[in-house]
Amino acid sequence: MTDDKDVLRDVWFGRIPTCFTLYQDEITEREAEPYYLLLPRISYLTLVTDKVKKHFQKVMRQEEVSEIWFEYEGTPLKWHYPIGLLFDLHASNTALPWSITVHFKNFPEKDLLHCHSKDVIEAHFMACIKEADALKHKSQVINEMQKKDHKQLWMGLQNDKFEQFWAINRKLMEYPPEDSGFRYIPFRIYQAATERPFIQKLFRPIASGGQLHTLGDLLKDVCPSAITPEDGEMKTQVMIHGIEPMLETPIQWLSEHMSYPDNFLHISIIPQPTD
Amino acid sequence: MAEAGKSPRVSPESEGRRKGGEDTQEGGGAAGAADPAPLSAVSPGTEEPAGDTKKKIDVLLKAVGDTPIMKTKKWAVERTRTIQGLVDFIKKFLKLMASEQLFIYVNQSFAPSPDQEVGTLYECFGSDGKLVLHYCKTQAWG
Repeated sequence: MTDDKDVLRDVWFGRIPTCFTLYQDEITEREAEPYYLLLPRISYLTLVTDKVKKHFQKVMRQEEVSEIWFEYEGTPLKWHYPIGLLFDLHASNTALPWSITVHFKNFPEKDLLHCHSKDVIEAHFMACIKEADALKHKSQVINEMQKKDHKQLWMGLQNDKFEQFWAINRKLMEYPPEDSGFRYIPFRIYQAATERPFIQKLFRPIASGGQLHTLGDLLKDVCPSAITPEDGEMKTQVMIHGIEPMLETPIQWLSEHMSYPDNFLHISIIPQPTD
Repeated sequence: MAEAGKSPRVSPESEGRRKGGEDTQEGGGAAGAADPAPLSAVSPGTEEPAGDTKKKIDVLLKAVGDTPIMKTKKWAVERTRTIQGLVDFIKKFLKLMASEQLFIYVNQSFAPSPDQEVGTLYECFGSDGKLVLHYCKTQAWG
């Protein structure tokens, strides 16, 4: 199905207009202008904000600058979650541009992992891909790849090269024809309403009777509160890449087309907007 | 700040207790390291099916390469304990310096993120009722 390839491009090139503002208590030598940037949904905050960092460091004294971190409305933003997930989970249904506050002090050790170099992001990204392939293919596909293939996945993401990334990633999306799907679907479900970390369990794309499992089946199984209507009205939205996929969508198709580059489906459960 | 009455958050399994009994208390002492997560961690949002609610899971810790082994290998660990919490515990147990690195691997293939919970990893990668984790002072896989 050639049309489905367009979905991969749409996911890859999704952007979020963002306004970065320096936290009010940071000490500057002159006024810090806000900085505007289109953030790639599939990337990581610390991977695409070198310019933001430079911009604010220009107005700060060297000794006031330590590790940069980001916050949205009081919530520290985890750099090791993809940007699109952070937006869907914390800022869906709010006005654009997304307003992120930049900090250089009081690093919230409890909430955030340190990110001292791009190598840390690469290691995290590759670990996610390996975990996903452990679920999909018992690690067989990722282990059969060469070191340079692993590097190409990372470089594709880092340099925003769709073709370069997908030339390798398509192998991770294959499965034996007799199986009609992955062994298990790599997914993580995040709930805006709780402090708990994500839900991740074993879930097969195909039911024992042979029919395709859907997004609705997955939620019913691992997070039923997400799709249980109260008074006949859905109180939550199920969001991937800023859209609400139909609950009838086969989970195998979603996994192949709407996973992030780390090969996980990152699904946000957020409250239905009330207006 | 180790409170006396507090039960250890990581405790050796009974089989290990035979030879490693004297280590039992030590396991509790390490818990306060850097993981302040409270014990009452039954989540409100996740309806876990009954029978799946066993609070602790069995974790088998295996050393890789020249990393020191632990006399007690099998531990009962709370599901909500994070990988970072486990790293802090192992480092303390092996008397490693705080500055020394320790890597933990699942399936001898990937290093889970420090904020990942062992309960989730057990659900996805546990086998025969336990989760096998390898630990190493240098990067072993990938």
